Amino acid sequence: MTEETITGQLEEQEFSINMGPQHPSTHGVLRMILKLKGETVEEVKPQLGYIHRGIEKMCEKLTYAQTIHLTDRLDYMSAHILNEAVCLTVENALEVEIPEHIQYIRTIMDELNRIASHQLWWSAFGMDLGALTTFFYGLRDREKILDIFEETCGARLLLSYNVPGGLMFDIHPNFQKRVKEFITYFRKKLPEYDALLTGNPILQARTKGVGMLTREQAIAYGVSGPSGRGSGFSCDVRKHQPYSAYSKVGFKEILYNEGDSFARYKVRMDEMWESMSIIEQLIDNIPEGNHAVKMKAIIKLPAGEYYQRVEAARGEFGVFVVSDGNKMPYRMKFRSPNFSNLAAINTMASGQKIADLIAIGGSLDFVIPDMDR
Amino acid sequence: MRSIINYLKEIFGTVRALLKGMGVTGYYFVHPREIVTQQYPENRATLKMFDRFKGEVVMPHDENNEHHCTACGICEMNCPNGSIEIISKIQLTPEGKKKKVIAKHIYHLGMCTFCNLCIKTCPSNAIIMEQTFEHAVFNRAKLTKVLNQPGSKLSKGDKK
Repeated sequence: MTEETITGQLEEQEFSINMGPQHPSTHGVLRMILKLKGETVEEVKPQLGYIHRGIEKMCEKLTYAQTIHLTDRLDYMSAHILNEAVCLTVENALEVEIPEHIQYIRTIMDELNRIASHQLWWSAFGMDLGALTTFFYGLRDREKILDIFEETCGARLLLSYNVPGGLMFDIHPNFQKRVKEFITYFRKKLPEYDALLTGNPILQARTKGVGMLTREQAIAYGVSGPSGRGSGFSCDVRKHQPYSAYSKVGFKEILYNEGDSFARYKVRMDEMWESMSIIEQLIDNIPEGNHAVKMKAIIKLPAGEYYQRVEAARGEFGVFVVSDGNKMPYRMKFRSPNFSNLAAINTMASGQKIADLIAIGGSLDFVIPDMDR
Repeated sequence: MRSIINYLKEIFGTVRALLKGMGVTGYYFVHPREIVTQQYPENRATLKMFDRFKGEVVMPHDENNEHHCTACGICEMNCPNGSIEIISKIQLTPEGKKKKVIAKHIYHLGMCTFCNLCIKTCPSNAIIMEQTFEHAVFNRAKLTKVLNQPGSKLSKGDKK
């Protein structure tokens, strides 16, 4: 065989490789089977199941108060928001009136959680694209939020701060002071993020026009959260179906119509500013009150089906509970944002290069335990 | 000619944006006081966790080796993952009454998810969270702890 025919064969060949489950840019154990032609991605097939823990099934053997600590372990970056989703479902089913004191604290915690999540996403996104510096800067500021969490909730990441009917403890006396300190601190530090990464021409070249997702495609795949809003799909649950104290604050839904990875990047960067303004509106006006409503020791939901959705850091998170009147749910289904966002990756990545797939995956902000419950 | 100008413009724009980013890192290079790194094993003596930090479940005993646990088993029932086992025994009181007392309050630290439900539901506040955080051990068996001290008994103030 001459040399020419060998190279000729190689050029023609289409081959498939595994990306993951141990690939650092997938941020967890996600395996993607890539069909490649040279360096161009023809097809992406995500394979799940490497971190399946059967959380929905486990919930069927736990009481409602006990299921909350499992929702921490879905999207661990927005643990408090997910905890709140379960609590809201139970409270709505029992028609318990939640005092404003609790609602305000929950909303502040939600937004702190969202900022912390976006900070880590920004750090990791820079690192995926080869900018290690961002990781240190992002984690430096995230540490401040985690300290606030640690002081009030007793944990840094998996908070378990919500209980059906209220909160585990009341806020720490230092809480308001520290949150205000953090907001003034972070308002100074967030422009650094833009100087470091947003204006960087390498980032812009690698994200602009990469991973296009039109509004129609985003709706068809159910892509929600910042990823959906980067395609101009208005899907903010906080705006459309306000829960807790979101109806009492003014904030704008960030929408970008470009639909590329850079638009998704910009949505998250702007959301951090919005979250800070929401916290500022609430932090001084927390009404006095008790931190928990008196609930029965064993909570039994009336037979029926209940659904509650909240806006987690990565999109719409839903809890669907079927109750047969017992102290344990008959069925508990979680609608996790990451799973739906992942479904769109084939549309976004086909025709692009492998290196672009990393940028697309980073801009979707995967949390694997949330996809694979 | 125009394409050359555009090319040069792009190069200068890129260099300027990169220098802007370098400016941020350069600022911290000349301001080492603003760097927040903690030297962890060295600062052990001064490192103090917050009061609410959930480190591990402990049962406080007073100076007479007395605790508040009445062996009711509510913590065991509320634990989502079976980290707590209550082994109780029947004891005769001086009046000749039969009374359930705690024999062993077994706590599996390796299984605990620190959800705080046991402490929240304990009716006699017999267990609390301690702020320890260095839990690494060489042998898994060491993660199984007996919380009540040997020879301890129920505090006089608590009546069942």
